[in-house]
Amino acid sequence: MKIIEPGTYFMQGDEACVEGAIYAGCRFFAGYPITPATEITERCALRMKEVDGVAIQMEDEIASIGAIIGASWTGTKSMTATSGPGFSLMQENLGYACMTETPIVIVDVQRGGPSTGQPTRASQGDVMQSRWGSHGDYEIIALAPNSVQEMFDLTIEAFNLAETYRVPVIILSDADIGHMRGTFTVSDNIKIVTRKYHTKPVKYNAYAYDENLVPRFPKFGQGHRVHITGLTHDISGYPKTTFPAIHQVLITRLVDKIRKNEQNICRVEIINPRAEYLVVAYGSPSNSVYELAEKNKNIGLFRPITVWPFPEGLFRKRLKGVKKCLVLEMNMGQLFWDIERTALKSGCRNTELFTKLGGDVHEPDEIVKELGL
Amino acid sequence: MKFFDLYRKDRWPHMFCPGCGIGTIMNAFYYAIAESGLSQDKAVFVAGIGCSGRIPGYIRGDSLHTTHGRPLSFASGIKLADPSLKVIVFSGDGDLGAIGGNHFINACRRNIDLTVICINNYNYGMTGGQVSTTTPAHFKTSTTPSGNKEYPFDLSEIAVAAGANYVARWTTYHVKSLIRSIKKALLKDGFSFVEVVSQCPVHFGRRNKMTAPTRLLNWIKENSIPRAKIKQITDDTLDLNVQGKISIGEFIERNRIAYTKLIGVCK
Repeated sequence: MKIIEPGTYFMQGDEACVEGAIYAGCRFFAGYPITPATEITERCALRMKEVDGVAIQMEDEIASIGAIIGASWTGTKSMTATSGPGFSLMQENLGYACMTETPIVIVDVQRGGPSTGQPTRASQGDVMQSRWGSHGDYEIIALAPNSVQEMFDLTIEAFNLAETYRVPVIILSDADIGHMRGTFTVSDNIKIVTRKYHTKPVKYNAYAYDENLVPRFPKFGQGHRVHITGLTHDISGYPKTTFPAIHQVLITRLVDKIRKNEQNICRVEIINPRAEYLVVAYGSPSNSVYELAEKNKNIGLFRPITVWPFPEGLFRKRLKGVKKCLVLEMNMGQLFWDIERTALKSGCRNTELFTKLGGDVHEPDEIVKELGL
Repeated sequence: MKFFDLYRKDRWPHMFCPGCGIGTIMNAFYYAIAESGLSQDKAVFVAGIGCSGRIPGYIRGDSLHTTHGRPLSFASGIKLADPSLKVIVFSGDGDLGAIGGNHFINACRRNIDLTVICINNYNYGMTGGQVSTTTPAHFKTSTTPSGNKEYPFDLSEIAVAAGANYVARWTTYHVKSLIRSIKKALLKDGFSFVEVVSQCPVHFGRRNKMTAPTRLLNWIKENSIPRAKIKQITDDTLDLNVQGKISIGEFIERNRIAYTKLIGVCK
């Protein structure tokens, strides 16, 4: 098989993710074995060859993300996959990708932590790590799939966003979604974004940008002769580390290119848009709400598909007339803080967290009870 | 590729200290690459962090200044994704021997087409002269004020043991041999490694009664002997130790098929 053709398939979430990546144009993968993301590395080893791509198992996760950043500078769409412990190791180079504006995709199939934790059990413990894990100020994009279908769809979207905004995009999956087997459909109408390159050698000003704040990409080997560094740089790309104004301009742009595009980036799923009892859930736990919302039209679901940037605008709109917000998370409260903050701003004072740890799922009966219905 | 075309003149003056050996090494590199016949726009210059990390910033070509210890990871990705590029890595003893040690041995073993030039100045110059994994035993640094009580790594011997296709070590005194070895490394299939023992008079020299760059360079010269001779001496304190010597020369030349060829991305 070359690139997956339109049709319906039965696969594991991790495998669907690889098919999505290849469909999106990913031709370089570097990874390191880790439960529950190993299947992604294994399938890439099998599939990349068939599409004239390269998959390599590196010596650790630091090397894996380093290799995909390097590959991306040759104009190759690149991806790595890991779980919490490996994701922690990647944080420094993740910041490097933000600073140098390198499009990459990182799949984090979350498991229980901290430390080695529960390798085979699902969690949402890396939500804050995906947003704040590296040092310094930056903005990032993270997507949370809740099905095998979305492991395929959102991997494609992750590449599209990475290419559009020249930013690392994280797929925040978890052990349940990654290991789940299910059907997914490949439509014949999927949009693929290609990177905007410099057509003429830039020679100077590798990071010249226009009003959309995203510079064109000067890929290696084209005579651009650019210098790319993780040090603070001006539009020439050269290190300028001691001038406060240059750092301020650079970091503000890196943050603004995401924040000012929140509306274009953020996607959510809303069920029962006028329900007074609103369950906010993303990833695995959101699957516990569909049946409830089907039976009781006064129970709604607000599901951030884009977790970072937090879809604040869309959430504020949905909060009108809501009596109670119940947040489902498989952690001790991470996205909860942004949800509660936004709810308070919108005048909703009744926001509660319903935590499940250890890989346990939120039972529909328990959700009804927590809602006080 | 012409010698002076390689200078990124708009970045002059450079930031290296007076008496630093990096200038000599850059010159040797410019000579070697100019003679090698490689294309300037089909080469990528990669580095990590430290004094050596700043070298690609002064070369007029596509250059990637990466994170500390990781340049070999980035370089591997570049080479595998676009095998038409010649990927050259500049690194230091801290970058390769300490924080990036795991990447170093695995890159040697994996044998991807990369040329690595390691500037070994026996200490962390950029941060003010701390002990490194190659600091000779009993020498003083800012973090070993009573002398270094650890024995140093021999990076070139590690590269030989780990499986690199070409390994050579010279010093900033042996410029002609260094140019020859860099050129050979650049044209070699698979992983090639050239270590250059270099003087850091400002930090390493100053703390070890060799503040004058010429004095430190002379010390390096007087203590260098060909590797073949060193093999005959059985001394527990040998190899870059205070009583020992700096072994120099071409350490190994193998012809293991490069990884890039084995997986079929290079012909």
